[in-house]
Amino acid sequence: MTTTNKRGFAQEVWDFFCSLKLSIFLLIGLALVSIIGTVIPQGQPPREYLATLSETKIRLYSSLGFFDMYHSWWFILLLYLLTLNLICCSIKRLPRVWKVVSEPVLVMDDGLEKTLANVKDLKLKGSKEELKERMAAFLRAEFAAPVITEKNGEFHLFAQKSPWCRLGVYVVHFSIIVIFIGALVGSFFGYKAYVNIPEGGAINQVQTQSGKIINLGFDVRCEKFSVSFYDTGAPKEFRSVLTVAENGQPVPGFQSRAIIVNDPLTYKGVTFYQSSYGQSDEGSLYHITVRDRKGGAPLKLDARQGERLALPGGAFLSVMEATMDVRPFMRGFDGPGAQVEFTPAGGNPQPFVILSDKYESFNAQHGGDLLISFDGMDQKFFTGLQVAHDPGVWVVWFGCLLMVVGICMAFFMSHKRVWARVTDSGVTLGGSASKNPAGFEICFDDLVDKLDKA
Amino acid sequence: MSSSMFFNVTMVLYMVSTCIFFAFLASRNKAVGLAGTYAALFGFLVQTVAIGLRWKESYDQGHGHAPLSNLFESVVFFSWTIVLIFLFIDFKYKYRAIGFFVIPFALFGMAWAQLGLDSGIEPLVPALQSNWLMYHVITCFLGYAAFAVACGISIMYLIRESMEKGGADVQAGGLLSMFPSIRVLDDLNYKAIMIGFPLLSLGIITGAAWANYAWGTYWSWDPKETWSLIVWFVYAAFLHARITRGWVGRRAAILSVIGFAATIFCYLGVNLFLSGLHSYGK
Repeated sequence: MTTTNKRGFAQEVWDFFCSLKLSIFLLIGLALVSIIGTVIPQGQPPREYLATLSETKIRLYSSLGFFDMYHSWWFILLLYLLTLNLICCSIKRLPRVWKVVSEPVLVMDDGLEKTLANVKDLKLKGSKEELKERMAAFLRAEFAAPVITEKNGEFHLFAQKSPWCRLGVYVVHFSIIVIFIGALVGSFFGYKAYVNIPEGGAINQVQTQSGKIINLGFDVRCEKFSVSFYDTGAPKEFRSVLTVAENGQPVPGFQSRAIIVNDPLTYKGVTFYQSSYGQSDEGSLYHITVRDRKGGAPLKLDARQGERLALPGGAFLSVMEATMDVRPFMRGFDGPGAQVEFTPAGGNPQPFVILSDKYESFNAQHGGDLLISFDGMDQKFFTGLQVAHDPGVWVVWFGCLLMVVGICMAFFMSHKRVWARVTDSGVTLGGSASKNPAGFEICFDDLVDKLDKA
Repeated sequence: MSSSMFFNVTMVLYMVSTCIFFAFLASRNKAVGLAGTYAALFGFLVQTVAIGLRWKESYDQGHGHAPLSNLFESVVFFSWTIVLIFLFIDFKYKYRAIGFFVIPFALFGMAWAQLGLDSGIEPLVPALQSNWLMYHVITCFLGYAAFAVACGISIMYLIRESMEKGGADVQAGGLLSMFPSIRVLDDLNYKAIMIGFPLLSLGIITGAAWANYAWGTYWSWDPKETWSLIVWFVYAAFLHARITRGWVGRRAAILSVIGFAATIFCYLGVNLFLSGLHSYGK
C-alpha cells in the first residue's frame, strides 16, 4: 500500500516536471520577472538608490534581491527549474521520437492508412513482382531508397527523407543546457577586471570586479595611446599600442600591437579590450619659451611635471598644471595654457597663468624682465582596459551553434515518409510529413502524377 | 537624386498600398488586391534603391558605413524588412487581405522616420565600427519584422473570431469573406513566428558574439539584452503552447500580439525609457 503511494507521489512529481504547462508557466514567468531588473537599475552603489527611492523601498527591494536580480536565489531557481523541466520533458519524449527515427513502420496496414492524410489507390498493369521492382526503382529515383517487406502475400515499400530532423527540438533543448554549462564554467573559472596603464608604464596584475588581485604572469606595457575625432567632435578612434613581455623580454608577435575598440588583444587566454582613457599627469613634458624684454634670442626650455626650472637671471619656474586647450577654462582664449609658479631672483613665489605667444600682452603681465610663454606639451594619457578571462566562452559558442542547427532542423526541415502497398490489382501509395502538410501534399500529388504517367 | 527623395516616394507608395488594400476589403475585387501587393512591391524596390543611395552618400562624405547606425536608419530598415517578410508570405500564400494589417506598420515607420527623426548621416563612433553591426542588425530586424507580420495576422484572427462569435455570416460575403479562415490565420501566425524566432535567436547570438568581441562579456543583463530575452521567452512559450490544446487559436493570437508589443518595447522603449547600451548614438 505504502509503496503504491510512494510510487504515486514520485509519479506525480515526475509528471509535474514533465508537463508542458510548467514550461509555458516558467517561460512567461521568467519573461515577467525579468522586466523588474530592467526597470530598477542593477548593481549601483547604495547612495545612488537613495537619490531616487525611499528607504523603506530600498530595504524591501534589497531583501527581495531586486538590486542584483539576475543573481538572486529565486531568479536562479527559476532558471534551474526551467532546465529541470527541459531535461524531464526531453527524457520523457525522446525514446518515443527515437523509435520513430530508428524503427520506422515499414508496413502500411489499414490502421495506419486511416491516419494518413495522403493516400492514393492506383490501378497499374503488371504482376505483383513487376510492380514491386518498378515501384522500388521509381521511389529510388523520385524520393528515397525504399525498404521492401513481404507480408501476407503483399509487398510493402517504405521510403523516408530526413527522419533525424525530428530530433531538432532535443538538439535545441540540449544546446540550452550546454550554454548554461558554459556560463557556469565562466563564472567559476573566469574573471572580469579593469586596469589603467599610463603611457610608457606596465602592469602585471589586474583587479577583478569583486576586488580580487590577479597576477597575470606576464607584463603588459602601454607604449602609446592616441585618440582622434571627427570634424563633428564625435570620437573616431581610441588606440592603444601594447606590448606583452615575459621575464622582461617582449613576446614575439605581441610587440607594439595596436588595439582599438572592436579589436582586442588576447594573450594566454586573457583578453584586453580598449575601454576608456584619461589624461595622465605623470611624465608630461612642458615646452616653454623665455625671452628677455630688452631683446635677445628666445630661449626654448623643456620642463617635467614638478621640476624647478632655472631661468636666466636667477629666477625659477615650475609648471603646476597644463592643458592643450584653455577654452573650457578661459573665455575668449584658446590654445595651450599652463598654471605656473614663478620665483624671481631673491623674491617670493608668484602663481599665474601663461598662454601661447599668440597672447603676448597677456603673458607680459607677469615675469619681471622675462617674457614667458607656454608652447604646449607632450601630453601623456593612460589607457583604460577591460580585462576578461572566460574559459567557458567556447562552450557557450558551441551551444549557440547547436541551437542554430537544432532550430533549423526543427523549423525548416520535415520528416517525409511514403509507403507503397503492392498487390496484384495495383499500388496503394500513402504518405505523411512531420511538418508543412500543405507543402507535402503538393509533393505527394506530384509523385502520384509521375507514377500515373510512367 | 538624393536618398531622401526616394524615401519620400517610398512613404507615398506604402500609403497608396494601404489605401488599395482597404479598397480591396471593401470591393472584394481580386485585381484590386493584386494592385495593393504590387504597390507594396514597387515601394519596396524604391526603398531598396534609397537605402543603397544612402549607403553611397555616406561614402561620398568620407566615412562610408552600412545605413544601420542611428534611429532614423534603423526605423527605415525595420520598415523595409516588414515589407520584405510580408511580400514573402503574400507571394507564397496569396492571402492579399493581410496587406491591410501589415503594410500600415511599414507606412507608420517610414512616416515617423521622415517626419520625426533626424536623418543626418553621422560617422560611426568607435563602438559601432565593426562588421558585427551588420550581422546583428540585419538578423534582429528580420526577426522583428516577422513578428510584426505575425501581429498583423493575429489582429485579423481576433477580429474575425469576434465577428464570427457575434453571428456575422461568413458565407454571405461582407468584409469577412476577404479574410482567410480562422484556421489559416492561426497557421500563418505560427508560420510567421517560425520565420521570426530563428532570426531573433540568431540576432541575440550575433549580439552576444559582438559584445564578447568588443568588451569581453557575451551577456551582461543590460536592459536591451534582457528585453530581447523576454521577447525570446514569450515566443518560446508561444511555440510550446502550439503543442497543448488549450493554447491555440485565440490565446496564441493574443500571445503573438503581446510578443510584438514586447518586441517594440525592446526596440524603442528600452532606448527611450531605460538607460544602458544601444542608445543609437544619440
